[in-house]
Amino acid sequence: MGKIIRGKAYVLGNNIDTDQIIPAEHLVYSLSDEEESKKYGHFALSGTPLAEAGLPGGGRPFITGDKYLSEYSIIIGGSNFGCGSSREHAPFALQKAGAKAIIAESYARIFYRNSVDGGFVLPMESETKLNDKIKTGDEVELNLTDYTLKRISDNQVFQLKHPGDVLPIIEAGGVFDYARKTGMIAG
Amino acid sequence: MPMTITEKILAKSAGKKVAKPGENIWLNVDVLMTHDVCGPPTFQIWKKEFGENAKIWDKNKLVIFPDHYIFTADKHANRNVDILRQFADKYGVENYYDVGTERYKGVCHIALAEEGYNIPGTVLIGTDSHTCTSGAFGMFATGVGNTDAAFILGTGKIWEKVPESMKFTFDGNLPVYLTAKDLILYILGDITTDGATYRAMEFDGQAVYDLSMDERMTLTNMAIEGGGMNGIIKADAVTQAYLKERTNKKYEIFESDSDAKYHSSYHYNANKLEPVVAKPHSPDNRDLVRNVQGTKLTKCYIGSCTGGKLSDFINAAKILMGEKVKVPTFIVPASTTIARELETTNISGVPLKDIFTKAGCVIAQSSCAACLGGPADTVGRSVDYDVVISTTNRNFPGRMGSKKSEVYLASPFTVAASAVTGKITDPREYL
Repeated sequence: MGKIIRGKAYVLGNNIDTDQIIPAEHLVYSLSDEEESKKYGHFALSGTPLAEAGLPGGGRPFITGDKYLSEYSIIIGGSNFGCGSSREHAPFALQKAGAKAIIAESYARIFYRNSVDGGFVLPMESETKLNDKIKTGDEVELNLTDYTLKRISDNQVFQLKHPGDVLPIIEAGGVFDYARKTGMIAG
Repeated sequence: MPMTITEKILAKSAGKKVAKPGENIWLNVDVLMTHDVCGPPTFQIWKKEFGENAKIWDKNKLVIFPDHYIFTADKHANRNVDILRQFADKYGVENYYDVGTERYKGVCHIALAEEGYNIPGTVLIGTDSHTCTSGAFGMFATGVGNTDAAFILGTGKIWEKVPESMKFTFDGNLPVYLTAKDLILYILGDITTDGATYRAMEFDGQAVYDLSMDERMTLTNMAIEGGGMNGIIKADAVTQAYLKERTNKKYEIFESDSDAKYHSSYHYNANKLEPVVAKPHSPDNRDLVRNVQGTKLTKCYIGSCTGGKLSDFINAAKILMGEKVKVPTFIVPASTTIARELETTNISGVPLKDIFTKAGCVIAQSSCAACLGGPADTVGRSVDYDVVISTTNRNFPGRMGSKKSEVYLASPFTVAASAVTGKITDPREYL
């Protein structure tokens, strides 16, 4: 994992549940077939009501047309990001769409675990509310050395939280790689 | 050191004397449950990570219930059930409950209870957020994703951060017009959808211990709607009586020490509560039924792991007996056992099934069905600007199908009374 992630921000509100991230009707596709799994990217965040898609203002879908990759790679959320179901298809869909990291005030437990243990997207917590400061389309830079987020246009820096005990799993790239590194499983 | 029931069970599972909130420990899993939506990707990750010769850590501890997308023409959904079947066959998984056979059960959380997999004092992990339902049996049960499940499938282990516990006590007696659904909606309104994130929700008090196992499962089922890691109710004589009919497994009953430490405690006087709903679009958007009385509906839905148990249908039938529904009303028994019980359980000599049929309800086959929307041909799915009142667990935008629809969550009493009038209706008018 690189120490700097730079990209365009996509801003969402509070309580973005897993049905908004990937609606249940799409959970039927293969996650392992390279071509078929692109559908998860295509439908990523398609359950978000249009008025709340891409804040402020909304009306900016994460994915446009028949694409499966988004122009945005860093998602800025509010509190309780990823609440609802246990579907790992949710962080998977965001990864498929090209998202590298999420920065939110807080996460629902299962979504957070899935993101980290599966190594799909990096879920970072912000010290303060950021979804009213960053705008959709802002160029931002995530620094994983000092855990900060910088807005490129004015160099304003926002402090993020240290990931705590899960850092070794994040650095390993997921729970399986972590378990191999530490000798828990063979390989 | 004094411990809560959750801490004690986690300590035992990790082979430790003490489990302290905040510490990360590795648990030994007693049962791993999966279904048609998350089973196939779990098996795929397991194979990728452990290789072609991957071994299941303990076949007898793996339980597979196809339940989500069953009665659909969707070819991808049907492919997922095929994958489960092939997996069970190839690896000799006996605890597989195949579609189209006598063994087919329906919704996994209720099937786990009925088939005797819920054992006090044990650890059950499932690839479904409502796995917390099993906590009604005085056990630790929580939901995980595919990667964690694949890890368990190969190792029998999972890391967990020991949660702090929150205690919810309902004193007094539950009035006849209230159900466990009202109780959990009260709690969610108070703590909101992330009020219990990474915490255990422990339920206690006379009104809780007066509940049947069906009703206790409604409480623990929606712990996840508060963000809870698990919901838990200490096992007692009611639990033991339920288990005696379903399993001969031995078990240990745990309970919280009287001086155990809690993150917070909430007290309710059950006698003083009124019927409530969760308004669109969140399970914590609580209001009194009488405040939204008269809201016009286009659909009523009684089903799911939350509100499709026998007790839920008995409660609904008490109101629907001799009435006619004014809007399409769907009856979806969570399990095939419950579906059979609708034929053998009577009120005033009339089977529940007949009560529903005469009232004009649609009775559907057992599965998760429209609780989570599902493929386009799913029975009861919300369409366009539907306004639905439902006994299910979530009303996030689009959860039951259409993003434009509005869903109210309520008890089976409230849903049944509303079906009779076609508008949200206080069940006290009918009881």
